[in-house]
Amino acid sequence: MIEFRAVTKCFDGGTVAVDELDLVAQDGEITVFVGPSGCGKTTSLRMVNRMIDPSSGVVAVDGQDVASRPAAELRRGIGYVIQQAGLFPHRSVLDNVATVPRLTGSTRRAARRRAAELLETVGLDPALADRYPAQLSGGQQQRVGVARALAADPPILLMDEPFSAVDPVVRDGLQDELLRLQDELDKTILFVTHDIDEAIRLGDAVAVLRVGGILAQYDPPQRLLAEPADDFVAEFVGKDRGYRGLSFVDSDALPVHDLPLVRLGDQPPCDGWLLAVDAGGRPRGWLEPDSGGGAVTEERLRAGGSLHRSGSPMRGALDAALSSPSGLGVVVDDGGAVVGAVVAEEVLAALRERRPGAA
Amino acid sequence: MILVEALGWLVDPANWQGPDGLLVRLGEHLWFTVRVVLIAAVIAVPLGLWVGHSGRGGVTLVGAANAMRALPTLGLVTFLFLLSPSTPVLVTIAGLVVLAVPPILAGAYAGVQSVDGRVTDAAIGMGMTGWQRLWQAEVPGSLPLLVGGVRNAALQVVATVTVAAYVGVGGLGEPLLVGLAINEYPQVAAVALVTAVLAVAVDTVLAVVQRLVVPNGLRLAASAAGAT
Repeated sequence: MIEFRAVTKCFDGGTVAVDELDLVAQDGEITVFVGPSGCGKTTSLRMVNRMIDPSSGVVAVDGQDVASRPAAELRRGIGYVIQQAGLFPHRSVLDNVATVPRLTGSTRRAARRRAAELLETVGLDPALADRYPAQLSGGQQQRVGVARALAADPPILLMDEPFSAVDPVVRDGLQDELLRLQDELDKTILFVTHDIDEAIRLGDAVAVLRVGGILAQYDPPQRLLAEPADDFVAEFVGKDRGYRGLSFVDSDALPVHDLPLVRLGDQPPCDGWLLAVDAGGRPRGWLEPDSGGGAVTEERLRAGGSLHRSGSPMRGALDAALSSPSGLGVVVDDGGAVVGAVVAEEVLAALRERRPGAA
Repeated sequence: MILVEALGWLVDPANWQGPDGLLVRLGEHLWFTVRVVLIAAVIAVPLGLWVGHSGRGGVTLVGAANAMRALPTLGLVTFLFLLSPSTPVLVTIAGLVVLAVPPILAGAYAGVQSVDGRVTDAAIGMGMTGWQRLWQAEVPGSLPLLVGGVRNAALQVVATVTVAAYVGVGGLGEPLLVGLAINEYPQVAAVALVTAVLAVAVDTVLAVVQRLVVPNGLRLAASAAGAT
């Protein structure tokens, strides 16, 4: 558990970076600090491992004031991940990951063995162990950064905008990976970002900070979207918050309809919209109505919309329906095979049903 | 043709042998260079690393280094010799050390400064002490520029050890001064040529050293940065 008790930080020159912050980050949860530049999110994070000392107030880990422990020793027990990883360019991937165990007195052999395990944990090819950071992609470097932070098996992980320098596709992958890791490892994670989407996706609890280091709201993400505390939070969580809120609504009650399918290479059986599938039942695209007879080939198809994985939240279902050229949102199973279709009207109806007072 | 005559002087074995021969002078010249560069490195490397590491005194350091650069070595050696005429070798070395310190100091300081701020931040955040950060992150990261500074210093020293002859302690300056005194210009040209070749050779050796001591990962990082 990480506690901020009336923590204030003024820098020389009088800038107040953090103003009377009171907050508790629970064990085993991802707590996200989000806000615009100058809101004190990074400063707050850095006070946990004493990279910065507060001007007043107390930061405590498991009830103990961090100021009561020698800084270097404290830091070795807290994982630290930063933007673009900050890997040592002169050390191999393996030796980068082995850094903290070496600092805490492990032998080189033991530290390297531990490092090799961790490369696997974060989903890196063991063949990369002997490479140097300069030979890795941005996403791979960031994974090495996470592995390095986990090497001493610290209960706490501090992550300062770790994924903001990689492209969106890679970032998605890294976010998934972090959630998967967290399922497995159950760390207490403090995560700083300026990206509200990232905050909502990763956070068990999200602290929205405003310029001057004032805590505007501290709540689970669904609450943040449903009930922003004030105009600042409402504006910060953005115009799409109604839509984003669907990420927290399950789609179990949504009816799934049968979908007219045609296998690639077969004759179209009827004249309406047809979804073409491959031999494994996976969607390939749509055949427009009245597009004539003859075997269905890839060239005749229109690209499909997004896919809604069965059992995933309502946001994906609505997006699948809205992005589909036929208006039929394609539902697939975990293996990617077509299960059926959802329509936007029924998503809206399902949401209506959930509202208080709907009978 | 003076150049042809100079080459003729060089191929004459008589000019290379004996107690006044080029080989002896070359040896003296190299021995001065080695001592001067080593002493300058012992002074300048720790100082430059420390100032770069602590971030304190950078302005003072640059000012002092520039002031030292402004001192003419010949004038300094002559002045020191007048102060202490009984120790010509020592004053020569001292004067040349003043010449060699600034480039090494600048290299060590700039080397530490060149280490990516994120790397030092990560080093601190992982719980390295100041010394651990210096040895494990800053010194390895500083090596390309640090060794570059030493190369620079060695090159200047090799070219300047000729001043040793003014106080009568040998080196390639000796046949140079003799040649000038007796108007034997082919000899002057020949010795100047030997000095230049020696400078290139010393620099080549240090380039190899640089390649050996700079960690692989840093070279890869530098070429990756150059490629983008």
